[in-house]
Amino acid sequence: MAVVETLDLRRTYRTHTGTVRRRVKEIEAVKGVSFEIERGKLFGLLGPNGAGKTTTIKMLITLLIPTGGTARVLGYDVVKDAQEVRKRIGYVFGGERGVYERLSGYDNLRYFAELYSVPPKIQKQRIEELLELVGLKGREHERTEGYSRGMKQRLHVARGLLHDPEVLFLDEPTIGLDPVGARELRATIASLIDAGKTILLTTHYMFEADALCDQIAVISQGQIVAEGTPEQLKSRVASGSVTEVEVYGIPDDTVERLRGLDGVLSVWVEEREQAQVLSVQSRADIQLTAAILGHLNGTSVGRVSHREPTLEDAYVALVKEE
Amino acid sequence: MRIIRLLSMGWFFQFKMISRSAFDGIGQVIYPLFFATVAFFVFRAGDSPRTLLYASLGAAVMGMWSATSTTAGSAMQRERWYGTLELLVGTPVHFALVLLPVTIAMATIGIYSLFATLLWGWLLFGIDVTIVHPLQFALSVPVTVLSFGALGFLFAVCFVRFRAAWALGNMFEYPVWLVCGFLVPLTFFPDWVKPISWVLAPTWGMNAIRESSLGGAPLDDMLMCLFLGTFYVAAGVLVTNRALRSARERSSLSLT
Repeated sequence: MAVVETLDLRRTYRTHTGTVRRRVKEIEAVKGVSFEIERGKLFGLLGPNGAGKTTTIKMLITLLIPTGGTARVLGYDVVKDAQEVRKRIGYVFGGERGVYERLSGYDNLRYFAELYSVPPKIQKQRIEELLELVGLKGREHERTEGYSRGMKQRLHVARGLLHDPEVLFLDEPTIGLDPVGARELRATIASLIDAGKTILLTTHYMFEADALCDQIAVISQGQIVAEGTPEQLKSRVASGSVTEVEVYGIPDDTVERLRGLDGVLSVWVEEREQAQVLSVQSRADIQLTAAILGHLNGTSVGRVSHREPTLEDAYVALVKEE
Repeated sequence: MRIIRLLSMGWFFQFKMISRSAFDGIGQVIYPLFFATVAFFVFRAGDSPRTLLYASLGAAVMGMWSATSTTAGSAMQRERWYGTLELLVGTPVHFALVLLPVTIAMATIGIYSLFATLLWGWLLFGIDVTIVHPLQFALSVPVTVLSFGALGFLFAVCFVRFRAAWALGNMFEYPVWLVCGFLVPLTFFPDWVKPISWVLAPTWGMNAIRESSLGGAPLDDMLMCLFLGTFYVAAGVLVTNRALRSARERSSLSLT
């Protein structure tokens, strides 16, 4: 039985516009997401900002009620059995918020240990172990307002593990961390998998998902656009080549026309400072430079280059093509 | 036993947090001075020194109520700012057990305001603060604090789904000063105000503190205060799940 399972999960937000004439606007943040996570696996939900990763995770940890579909964690429905789900899960949000800054790191953990019903007899030992695990030993009695971003992030991880949950939800845990801090945190996450935890990790770093995850789902505009092991996703770009063209103000219909060229696998445009970079991934046996430049007639064009496709290309192509 | 531990530990950590705020601390020094001054100038025309104590006690409880009402209104918003509201809601305990210690901790801060106001009145204006029934006074203060905390809890539960509810807390501050007779006796108000006063625990808490200080029978007032406090907690507990579900539907537990 899957530890986490979602079926056609949906969430729509209602917002209002206007002051006098108030209009209701509906935004579909998650549009029918389905996936399963097996026990002891690390599942990565990969997508750009605003793709629906955090909304999905918040529905799974019972902080948001879905507007459609179902989700179960360890067999418990996240809406009907919210308390049962909460007892068995831990979660960590990225960023500096989520700590009581006027309390020490130790007091933060003690407070949440009480809220998670950690028996008083084992609280102290458990907190000591976690402080050791996340590398905060020796700094635990300082107020958290003096903690660096990385220290706060590690405190989040310790808090999420206080009640020894079976399932962990990590929402962009390495966001904003320096490379060393992020690497240490990734090592901690890997050790949790070794300890038998089931983890759902959201991230927008392809290399992070590649390094840690057993299974990856790429989410874009509220929908899962690809799912598989990192190797399966990599195989999507194992062949072919990428032509990159620096352009200025490329029209949308030109991009669409390029997508229709014979041999083109995917096309996407990225904003880079004052210019845009048009990337066209194509079959290796076809030379498309002349055809691409022909379609760019009338658009200002800069440097043109060719390179081998990377895993990052697969991700960018997936999220840009939607 | 576990519930008592949870409530007392929650109170301890919340009290520790609130009492460490330097800016709140400045307010706690200045406000009682302001309240004591108002009480003195309003009532110095009276010829009885006990009238000044009557007013000082009213001003002292005003401080207590201010500490509770404004902070209860902003309690949820403060947790949102810290990013901890979602963490608290996501714990497996009933949210009422998380929230009640928060508002009682805030009301406890109000005890300091009560004594500081009386102290300022004595030091600056020579107000005689002799308490006739010290034991009953010592009992009436925590009873009042608990009922204030309970009322703050009811407010906070009702506010949880609204991001801008902190403004409502401020709105409740001044009307309660008036309708609960903190400064002006309730007999001065029209009859239609009285039922409103009777359902508000601060009215009875104020009476209990005054009766015990000036020499009266505060027991009935204390019992009424406790009864209303219990009613607020019961109502709050009943409302909690509905309010939280609404917040989860509206996605208002976080700032964005």
